Amino acid sequence: MTAKASGNLPPLSLHVPEPKFRPGDKVDYSHIVVPPAGAQPRPDEGCAAAETHPLCLDLVRVLDEDHRAVGPWDPKLDAETLRRMLRTMALTRAFDDRMYRGQRQGKTSFYMKCTGEEATSVAPAMALASDDMVFPSYRQQGILIARGYPIVEMVNQIYSNRADKLKGRQLPIMYSARDVSFFTISGNLATQYPQAVGWAMASAIKGDTRIAATWVGEGSTAEGDFHSAMTFAAVYNAPVIFNVVNNQWAISSFSGFAGAERTTFAARAIGYGIAGLRVDGNDPLAVYAASRWAADRARANGGPTLIEHFTYRAEGHSTSDDPGQYRSAQEREEWPLGDPIMRLKRHLIALGEWSDEQHEAMDRELVEQVKAATKEAEKNGVLGHGLHHPFHTMFEDVFEELPWHLKEQSEQAIRERRIKWPEWKES
Amino acid sequence: MIEEAAVSLADAPTRRLNMIEAINDALDIMMERDPGVVVMGEDVGYFGGVFRATAGLQKKYGKTRVFDTPISECGIIGVAVGMGAYGLRPVPEIQFADYIYPGLDQLVSEAARLRYRSAGEFTAPMTVRSPFGGGIFGGQTHSQSPEALFTHVAGIKTVVPATPHDAKGLLIAAIEDNDPVIFFEPKRIYNGPFNGYYDKPVEPWAKHADSVVPEGYYSIPLGKARIVRPGQAFTVLAYGTMVHVAAAVCAEKGVDAEIIDLRTLVPLDIETIEASVEKTGKCLIVHEATRTSGFGAELSALVQERCFYHLEVPIERVTGFDTPYPHSLEWAYFPGPVRIGEAIDRLMKA
Repeated sequence: MTAKASGNLPPLSLHVPEPKFRPGDKVDYSHIVVPPAGAQPRPDEGCAAAETHPLCLDLVRVLDEDHRAVGPWDPKLDAETLRRMLRTMALTRAFDDRMYRGQRQGKTSFYMKCTGEEATSVAPAMALASDDMVFPSYRQQGILIARGYPIVEMVNQIYSNRADKLKGRQLPIMYSARDVSFFTISGNLATQYPQAVGWAMASAIKGDTRIAATWVGEGSTAEGDFHSAMTFAAVYNAPVIFNVVNNQWAISSFSGFAGAERTTFAARAIGYGIAGLRVDGNDPLAVYAASRWAADRARANGGPTLIEHFTYRAEGHSTSDDPGQYRSAQEREEWPLGDPIMRLKRHLIALGEWSDEQHEAMDRELVEQVKAATKEAEKNGVLGHGLHHPFHTMFEDVFEELPWHLKEQSEQAIRERRIKWPEWKES
Repeated sequence: MIEEAAVSLADAPTRRLNMIEAINDALDIMMERDPGVVVMGEDVGYFGGVFRATAGLQKKYGKTRVFDTPISECGIIGVAVGMGAYGLRPVPEIQFADYIYPGLDQLVSEAARLRYRSAGEFTAPMTVRSPFGGGIFGGQTHSQSPEALFTHVAGIKTVVPATPHDAKGLLIAAIEDNDPVIFFEPKRIYNGPFNGYYDKPVEPWAKHADSVVPEGYYSIPLGKARIVRPGQAFTVLAYGTMVHVAAAVCAEKGVDAEIIDLRTLVPLDIETIEASVEKTGKCLIVHEATRTSGFGAELSALVQERCFYHLEVPIERVTGFDTPYPHSLEWAYFPGPVRIGEAIDRLMKA
């Protein structure tokens, strides 16, 4: 059906965003404005939120072209801390590479890498106190690694084996680790945003000193939960940090489908009247400095901060995704903000605190570390090989206590098992 | 070890309360007993709620434990999940059950699943209070009974009180429960039990035996039904407003029905239901919600599966119609005395 034009009015037209580059296209990133490092002002943590708003349209950067840390946002971390940051990011990448291969080898069903985005989880984790509660999305494995969570436990979860602390119930990488203040990850997007606000409000109600931090991808900022969370945080001045990891792609939908053609994601903060910062997400020092600024502000009852981490998803969305189908392979190569691990490595070398040889040795060591953890985890089984949690655990934790209908269903499940495998015994 | 003498509620001093007052009393008692209990929702703070259920609480417990929220049910429930994870016991109010849908994802995918998906590391002990049901000329957005949406979800308990006495005891039990609880308050009977005759004067709770509410703390366990009236002719399964309407019709018809107020839909008191239907051999299910896939369908299936050889006649199911709740034709929609009466006649004739 075609609508009839009315009088002299022009026909309305619908705008459907289209990314600049598709497979095979030559990539030209000249439209991305990369301001010089060190040029962005750093307001006091106690400033009025509005003072940060120019920074929502800017890009906080610390590492310059010569690999030096410059300007007011330089967090002035000592060499040992910088090396720890580098090692944590490199371990995260080594872990991702191994787990990706593990999925391809059939050891698990699914995996998600964070390649190129390591700084956006590792640096904030280092800037927060270890008992600040984090409400991550699904690509912040760097937080667990930064907080010293045993990687063998992460592998157990990914394999859904009998040692998996989550009893094989969750999709791989949907970790939960209360002992390192890491909230259970949901597969439903942005739900963690209002939850982080609620946790932060509770902390404030109780006169605690711990704050909350949460992460979401730029695509999920379109969810109602994101906006509810921003409203609640603004209304109650909640001690929470909102991280938006703008990695340009939500599976195959570019950031334009979340509104990026209009303004930045950091600019959402302006409308809610809270502090906002837009940061070079591939600059670990800028990410650390922004996170530290927001944490100090929240801890001093200065309220919430929204931080957009401008970065790039270097790999597919997950092991179920092939980005070659919808974007140009050149994007990754041409990305104007480089790679966070390489940038920190060069900075440390420029400081005379690191070398290529040390880096190569570290990488070899990390590969071995991850390999040892996977071997250890494999003793407890891989997905689909029988070494899962005892059968009856399927019915536990739906409620605190097992109601009659779940007892009946549990008996049925065990009966089915016995019919199929008469020799089977509950382990 | 010194054995404590059993305390009987019968010995406790009592007051006559309507349902709102009983709910307010339960909130007051739990806020007093547990500093982790916080009450929040649209208009619940200074004003005390559009139905007055939270009146006086902010003044007594302060603004950080009783506060107004933005108009965002997604935010209210999501924030409550985070508060529960912190260790508080939030009691959010959703102003009308009809408004609960923006918060559905946070209830269904988050609150209900937290314990399971984290293997017990995190829980969401919250009680979502919400006035539900029609009969107050609320039109289609202030009259719905969406309980079946929640009974269908693994990990949520659903409670519907029918009297001031039960509202207080069940609400206290719900707040103390470590699982998320949906607490639907039948708003038609906030001020008095409703017999289904909208054109006759409303009887206040003060004249009803179940408005006698013990003072102080007591709880009614979730998952235990109440036999409102024992009888032999047939079993009535109802909850909320419909307990009173069904009882009134049975009394009017002079039938010796056994009337069961389910009180909790999940977990369901299947033992009481089975024992009753096995005794009477006939079953009438009544709810106000729409018919198709309503909770009555679940009840009917359970009775058929478990009591088939005791059944003498087909199960009767009386419900609202499968339409939105109409404003001007509210009483044509409502499963009132005529619809219930017809079903009773069919049961008795068989």
